Amino acid sequence: MASEVIAQTEEPRVTYLNAGHTVKSWLLTLDHKRIGLLYLFSISVFFAIGGIYASLIRLELITPQGDLMSADTYNRVFTMHGVMMIFFFLIPSIPATLGNFLLPLMLGAKDVAFPRLNLLSWYVFILGGSLMLITIMTGGVDTGWTFYPPYSSIYSNTQVTLAGVSIFITGFSSILTGLNFMVTIHTMRAPGLTWFRLPLFVWAHYATSLIQVLGTPVIAITVLALAFERTLQIGIFDPKLGGDPVLFQHMFWFYSHPAVYIMIIPSMGVVSELIANMTRKKIFGYHFVAFSSLAIAVFGFLVWGHHMFTSSQSMYAGMVFSLITYAVAIPSAIKIFNWTATIFKGSVSYDTPMIYALAFIGLFTVGGMTGLFLAALGLDVHLHDTYFVVAHFHYVMVGGAIIGYLGGLHFWWPKITGRMYPEIWGRISASIIFLGFNLTFFPQFIVGYLGMPRRYHAYVPEFQVWHILSSAGASLLAIGFIMPVVYLTWSLKYGEKVGDNPWMAAGLEWETSSPPPPENFTYQPVINHDAYEFENVKEIKEAAAREAALQTA
Amino acid sequence: MPEQASKFALEVDLFYIALWLMTIFFTVGIVAAIFLFMVKYRRRHDGEIPEQIEGAMTLEILWSVIPFIMALGIFAWGAKIYHEMYTEPKEALEIFVTGKQWMWRAQHPDGQREINTLHIPVGRRVKLTMTSEDVLHAYFIPAFRTKADVVPGRYTTTWFEATKPGTYHLFCAEYCGTQHSGMIGTVTAMEPGEYESWLGGGTKEPPAVAGEKLFSSLACSTCHQADGKGRGPKLVELYGKEVKLNNGSTVTFDDTYIRESVLDPGAKIVENYQLIMPSFRGQVSEEQIAQIIAYLKSIGPKDAGATAAKPAAPAAVKSAAAKPAAVPSAKK
Repeated sequence: MASEVIAQTEEPRVTYLNAGHTVKSWLLTLDHKRIGLLYLFSISVFFAIGGIYASLIRLELITPQGDLMSADTYNRVFTMHGVMMIFFFLIPSIPATLGNFLLPLMLGAKDVAFPRLNLLSWYVFILGGSLMLITIMTGGVDTGWTFYPPYSSIYSNTQVTLAGVSIFITGFSSILTGLNFMVTIHTMRAPGLTWFRLPLFVWAHYATSLIQVLGTPVIAITVLALAFERTLQIGIFDPKLGGDPVLFQHMFWFYSHPAVYIMIIPSMGVVSELIANMTRKKIFGYHFVAFSSLAIAVFGFLVWGHHMFTSSQSMYAGMVFSLITYAVAIPSAIKIFNWTATIFKGSVSYDTPMIYALAFIGLFTVGGMTGLFLAALGLDVHLHDTYFVVAHFHYVMVGGAIIGYLGGLHFWWPKITGRMYPEIWGRISASIIFLGFNLTFFPQFIVGYLGMPRRYHAYVPEFQVWHILSSAGASLLAIGFIMPVVYLTWSLKYGEKVGDNPWMAAGLEWETSSPPPPENFTYQPVINHDAYEFENVKEIKEAAAREAALQTA
Repeated sequence: MPEQASKFALEVDLFYIALWLMTIFFTVGIVAAIFLFMVKYRRRHDGEIPEQIEGAMTLEILWSVIPFIMALGIFAWGAKIYHEMYTEPKEALEIFVTGKQWMWRAQHPDGQREINTLHIPVGRRVKLTMTSEDVLHAYFIPAFRTKADVVPGRYTTTWFEATKPGTYHLFCAEYCGTQHSGMIGTVTAMEPGEYESWLGGGTKEPPAVAGEKLFSSLACSTCHQADGKGRGPKLVELYGKEVKLNNGSTVTFDDTYIRESVLDPGAKIVENYQLIMPSFRGQVSEEQIAQIIAYLKSIGPKDAGATAAKPAAPAAVKSAAAKPAAVPSAKK
């Protein structure tokens, strides 16, 4: 016995983490799992920057006078908050980190289809991100993340061109990742893993990849056109040069509305995994949930005009866009109802990932329903460009995308690191995030309907009370976000070492060891059952046997 | 709720409340179901595997079709209000508004001008015809529940009818640069009598009259002669009508086309005419273009414009009743 233990400590199992220790082995890695971690680290840095900007905004708005910073500074702060969070955190968040790490594992594959392209995607992302950091250091941008011309093309004297180039470059990272995922899902599935045996996480990433590949080139063209107008004075958007400013809005939202689904569909995929595994139930209506991801991706391309109901677009175009927008509501509703039905008669765990999953359902319901307000033509005229919109998209993007991301990160943390985070802290921080989030953004629905326009540095005093509530909530939210950074980092060294499948979850990724070996599986997995077949989970059988033995004893 | 001070306000508020009730219904329903399931079906022991339920077609159809019907209802309600808001009223007091970094300028039909304020009579339809001198702005009066973008290079319109006297916020809702949050003002709704006496103050010259002066001082009248014998097309009785162009297409002689022709005469040349007109870009302000439009409208067919302005129309216009022309729309 003793000699065995010694032998184990002398020769630790080779995992993707200890397969190489040099910096070079990380920076030149072709392992999708390491690339996932490279992304995880980089987007966390960008999230921190975006979060600091968010705190500055909330600090400024505590008083109505705009006394903390100048108007120009404030305009740069909210612009950089949006740009950082959307292009450098939300869009890459789940696909580039969890997607990269998990897709090949879930497919029973050694790696993604194009490992070198995968590494290139990260370098392209870092190049784009670095340019954006240079943009910030050389003065930033003050146009709002939407870059509407002619303000952005002619009037702004900030670093719009550089920011545009940065977004242009970053877009390629998104396209390459999407392309890689699509090919991987088509060609790298293990024997027996048919399309309808795929975990819903994979379906979600397939739908997302479609948007990334088809939509991202349009934003690339748009920012390029903007850069040309700025530098060469070509009249594309500015009427003084013969252009049309509303054209930009069409082009911009043709990408940027589907981009919202790049942020939210992967999160929905994560939530499907969490709900299934934390209740040990097959997802109710698997096919409907799978196809609803595709439906959202497809309809998402047809609704961009709902951002332009007051833009002087024709009234009838507005009606068509409104009508199609309601079509997107249906697949979203289908998901919500199916998840709720999955919990019914489940074996519900109270662990952190489940808290995140339930928070997602609640917050996304509010976010989605308030989307109906904005798609309602006559009402949108009043609500457009007010804080109601700000509240709505934060419910979708923070309450939806980030909550799903954090839930997924906690759920797969033992798979990624081989160690468990401290559960009690996980639950506390998830609850603080939930409370802080609602306190931050719910008052914004109210102040928005009262008429507070967005992007205001100073405002009329009657709105102050709502901003104070919102800023108080933001402090709570900040604490909630900092906590996981601390305890997850702590757990890397001190976290409890757990087995390969601490959640007793179903899914191929749980069948390999934690952390996985460099080539993912030491054998070729063969699949002969659907997703979420909990009868096949070894750990559950063992636990049941132990309990039976205890009872008979 | 912000103050309700226009005909739209009540309608929009009812719609808003209805949608919140629906949101609360669904959110509370889902959250309650989740809490119930959480407690009732909590995991009892480690090795538990619950009964598996694949799905139910009836339920899927129910919870697709019911939301779909509800969504159609919301769409129809919203579209009805929108149609009303964005359909130009026939009879309205027309005020020209120019947005500029970072102020609002307005000119009333009888010539009264104001900056960052707007005075209007209660109980009368007011139509704003708006353009911008520089970047995008948006004219937003929360108490009226109306908003419309103000776009350089084109005219947008919005309208409302104030229902009670008072002073209300006017915001710029489209981000427009440094002083975006300072581009605010007030809208004062007054009893019609008070409005008339407010108009009485200050110097005034109706935009159409100012436009007529410009028309001759810029020498437009030497080519665009009223008898059609000039080197340019005759503009009398033309407003709101279709014009044939030398490339075979047609265009409506409306605000947008007039503005374009003043700034870029070569863009759309009328059939049988040459490009000899110079561009007035840089020589006339947006406000002056608005005055020229007001003048051309005043010499147009009588029922063409939606304006209630009554400038001194030249005697030449008093010919036969023009056939009804399409109401010019700036929303293209």
